[in-house]
Amino acid sequence: MGSFSLHASCLAQPKLPWSNDCSQNLNSLKLPALQQRGPNFGSRKASKVLAFYGLKSPPYELDALEPYMSKRLMETHWGEHHHGYVEGLNKQLEKNDILYGYTLDELVKVTYNNGNPLPEFNNAAQVWNHDFFWESMQPGGGGMPELGLLQQIEKDFGSFTNFKEKFIEAALSLFGSGWVWLVLKRREKRLEVVKTSNAVNPIVWDDIPLISLDTWEHAYYQDYKNDRGKYVNAFMNHLVSWHVATVRIIRAEAFVNLGEPKIPVA
Amino acid sequence: MAAAIPAAKLELKPPPYPLDALEPNMSQNTLLFHWGKHHRSYVDNLNKQIVGTQLQGKSLEDVIVGTYNNGDLLPPFNNAAQVWNHDFFWDSMKPGGGGKPTGELLKSIERDFGSFEKFSEEFRAAAATQFGSGWAWLAFNPRPSDGKELVVLKTPNAVNPLVLGYTALLTIDVWEHAYYLDYQNRRPDYISIFMEKLVSWDAVCAKLEVAKSQAA
Repeated sequence: MGSFSLHASCLAQPKLPWSNDCSQNLNSLKLPALQQRGPNFGSRKASKVLAFYGLKSPPYELDALEPYMSKRLMETHWGEHHHGYVEGLNKQLEKNDILYGYTLDELVKVTYNNGNPLPEFNNAAQVWNHDFFWESMQPGGGGMPELGLLQQIEKDFGSFTNFKEKFIEAALSLFGSGWVWLVLKRREKRLEVVKTSNAVNPIVWDDIPLISLDTWEHAYYQDYKNDRGKYVNAFMNHLVSWHVATVRIIRAEAFVNLGEPKIPVA
Repeated sequence: MAAAIPAAKLELKPPPYPLDALEPNMSQNTLLFHWGKHHRSYVDNLNKQIVGTQLQGKSLEDVIVGTYNNGDLLPPFNNAAQVWNHDFFWDSMKPGGGGKPTGELLKSIERDFGSFEKFSEEFRAAAATQFGSGWAWLAFNPRPSDGKELVVLKTPNAVNPLVLGYTALLTIDVWEHAYYLDYQNRRPDYISIFMEKLVSWDAVCAKLEVAKSQAA
């Protein structure tokens, strides 16, 4: 019975990195005592928070968007606000494991709870929103999209200029804190400009955002103070990444039929 | 030829102290932008919205309550309420403010919150946890169902206790523009300094007296 139970329990164990041979007597395996296999397992660093989700870095250096978005602002916006949402979310998730195991996208939708959000929603969504926002910008951004994406914009807005006007108008008229999005609406199969408040984002309605602009005051106050208009123009003319927007709409075409597939090469 | 006489418009009221009077707790720079730009633009934009309409000439409180429309806000609400909220906010502070209230006000706070410390904790928590833009308030409820006249509330964006039929006694602005230049993301530090160094308990006291006499 001894060897049978050893065999069975050995199979049930995950393959541990320090044991090569599952037939070894369990007693001879050097397992750390259970209480040491906590959140610091594998690391000597003292950490107060169990890490479920991590703080992703923007895909460029913090000074790369100068002079349109300063390093100082990025250090605060990413290093304090975005970081704070990640820490806040991890602290909430520590409390019980009912929300354990979701991807961030899934967690945002689950905690949105069809418009009756759970306490974790604000943090989860703001983590997602900021990841998406950094990726919506690039050094040397601005200008115009090309080919397939430009055609879709012209189809749904009449012209790129018209889209740009709508986007800017949305950003200027958003009252309080929130975000402005260029979104591919899944059911309508068309692009729209959408404003959301606080932490809400289009994935909770199953739509597919292509770019976003953070209009919370913390996103621009250090560089532009109250002049949101100047910030929005800097974003449109120098920061928005049409390259990333194109990648996103190509990916979206796997899920939304926009007609003949448009391969954006000359 | 005589120039057309402009219709009566709302004016931007200055705070009851010079713009540098709240240093170092709230910098002159902050006041220059917060009052000089944000508050001013709410006044200018409200005037653009109401001049020539039936709202012109009404009191600000009437415009606010009228355009709240049970939560389905009409366009002038945001600007009207923000004009009022900021007037009220400057009045809620004074140079050399902070500390504890005394007399009837302290008694009322102790009666409805248990202690001043409990009130302070609740007020700070409301201010710290208002997600996004908004305000935290101490307000007077003339018809409390639980007998507690004094309540702490937090409201989003431009909403204020007037729309609930309450009388506002004290407020702190927790829109990011209120503290970003001086405290960046450190909202809890801003709230602490507000409570310790800025609150004008005289103003709160005066407002409570008015509220009580109106309710009587």
